[in-house]
Amino acid sequence: MRAISKGLLAAVAVVLGGCGIVWAQGEPACGTASALVSADFSLPKVAAAIAGKKLTITVIGTGSSTLGPPAGPEKAYPARLEAALAQKLPGVAVTVVPHVKMRELSREAVPQFPKFLQADKPALTIWQTGTVEAVRGVDPDTFRDWLDQGIDTIQAAKSDIVLMNMQYSPRTEMMISLSPYSDAIRFVALQREILLFDRFAIMRRWGELNTFDLNEATKKTDTAARVHDCIGRLLSDLVLEGAGVQASSGNNSHK
Amino acid sequence: MVEAPVLVDAARPMRPAKAPDAAPVRDRRLDLFRGIALWLIFLDHIPSNIVSWITIRNYGFSDATEIFVFISGYTAAFVYGRAMRERGVIIASARMLKRAWQIYVAHIFLFVIYMAEIAYVSASFENPLFNEEMGIFDFLKQPDVTLVQALLLKFKPANMDVLPLYITLLAGFAPFIWLLLRLPTIALIGSAVVYALSWHYGWALPSYPDGTWVFNPFAWQLLFGFGAWCALGGAQRLSDVTRSNAALAAAVLYLLFAFAVVMTWYFPRYGHLVPRWLADWMYPIDKTNLDVLRFAHFLALAIITVRFIPQDWPLLKSPLFKPAILCGQHSLEVFCLGVFLAFAAHFTLEQISARVAAQIALSLLGILLMVAAAALMSWYKKIEGRSSGSRPPRDADADLAGGEA
Repeated sequence: MRAISKGLLAAVAVVLGGCGIVWAQGEPACGTASALVSADFSLPKVAAAIAGKKLTITVIGTGSSTLGPPAGPEKAYPARLEAALAQKLPGVAVTVVPHVKMRELSREAVPQFPKFLQADKPALTIWQTGTVEAVRGVDPDTFRDWLDQGIDTIQAAKSDIVLMNMQYSPRTEMMISLSPYSDAIRFVALQREILLFDRFAIMRRWGELNTFDLNEATKKTDTAARVHDCIGRLLSDLVLEGAGVQASSGNNSHK
Repeated sequence: MVEAPVLVDAARPMRPAKAPDAAPVRDRRLDLFRGIALWLIFLDHIPSNIVSWITIRNYGFSDATEIFVFISGYTAAFVYGRAMRERGVIIASARMLKRAWQIYVAHIFLFVIYMAEIAYVSASFENPLFNEEMGIFDFLKQPDVTLVQALLLKFKPANMDVLPLYITLLAGFAPFIWLLLRLPTIALIGSAVVYALSWHYGWALPSYPDGTWVFNPFAWQLLFGFGAWCALGGAQRLSDVTRSNAALAAAVLYLLFAFAVVMTWYFPRYGHLVPRWLADWMYPIDKTNLDVLRFAHFLALAIITVRFIPQDWPLLKSPLFKPAILCGQHSLEVFCLGVFLAFAAHFTLEQISARVAAQIALSLLGILLMVAAAALMSWYKKIEGRSSGSRPPRDADADLAGGEA
């Protein structure tokens, strides 16, 4: 059964990706970081939305939530999350709406949340943040205030929340001091009992295990697309676990 | 707390020209723990280094920075306090400023290395996955602004934040020492008041391009000042308390509590075991402004250390601890070397191999190089001391029996 579903997934990936070998090899790779994904808090609104057969997810993020050409946004994790969820939740209309703005501070993003939330009416909002603040060296205290404001806004719109932290970027790791910002996200998530998708730890695990070569100097987007695909898949695992939903097919196939 | 230095230690050659009352001798534990703190800082600075899991920051609220700052305050007061008593306020103050200047120069030197690495990576690396992270290279487009901001200590290169803190603390240290020699309790209360006011009014030093200093000097001066206070007799006054079983029990309990809390950060599913009211009160545990919980954690560690490692602990003279003590005696140089070695180690990990074995090997090699450099500096000091017998005592350079402020 496992092998069949795995093969099926790979076949789907081949069609989608148009580059069979890379995708078939890339897909099982995600599993090397599965242990780092665990839903410590629940997502009741997602559960209700799945029961109602219509799941809308808003993704708010900065540059690392999208991909440039030639891959483009359709290979970035929001689109991959939509594909993964649609596959695991047959019969549920899954929509993932990304709102991405490069190099935008949370301070500038939060005031726009109500607009996004009103338009999308999401059951879940995934908020990716922290990178721009770390690059700019914003005061971590101030960043925490922004996080709180953003969370207040999202919760006021009756949406569940998943926070996503920064990418693991080995080449710039020594230059950007991320830990005050990832700590801020972690503390706020703990304090407000919000799920954290620890993208940093996941990507670092991939780097350590050589699942992906994150050091590659390249203009090509194929590794980037595979990384985003895996992030989308792991996110879908987290969302379903948080909602307490047993996926009908494909779930855990890459664990 | 660490006790006040006792009288002459035979192992330490003291200068004959000293004041008739036998000059106090440096507490070897200071050098030992400062050396260890320097190693831990080095390990923590290598990103994604498995060896950094052994460092104390993973098991409690405080980390090696607290140890380093406290001991630096202690030794600075020890050296300059004596200078002030023996040679007057002007000379002691001038020497503190000279030392601050040396550290400033060291900081700029490190900054140049940092710029070189950034410039290299920005020229050689490109990856669409990390478009946003590449924003860190933006300041290379404005070298004029960046360099001036760095000279003003407003630019904050990652991992180098301890030095600007140290420079500021030392530059403003003279009036504090002056007061400490006359009214120690008032001086300590003054330090605590500044700390409280900085929290209340949000005092901070601005940095470029955004935010504030990573270590707020208005807050961290408390630990530095507390170290100084301990050095100039405070530790003795406190010794009844610090040696009591009640203090020991409180310290152990607090360390266990901190350990349990920190574990819930790694295993969020147990986060609910931390009661809501406690979490609301406790979080965030602020490093920039030296959170009280961090300060208390350091105190607890210190109480336990002082209790179980007496000043005349025989092992302090064993070759086992010699490497750490050597490093602690040349803290500025070893700190700078550590920052550089962390760069080099990271670079090697990225370019050649990031395997766990490589991480361990590079960590060990780095520490070995730090020890070798410290040994070399001790040797220099020795030969220089020998060849300049006619010169005035060399402690005029903030060095005392091999250690520095």
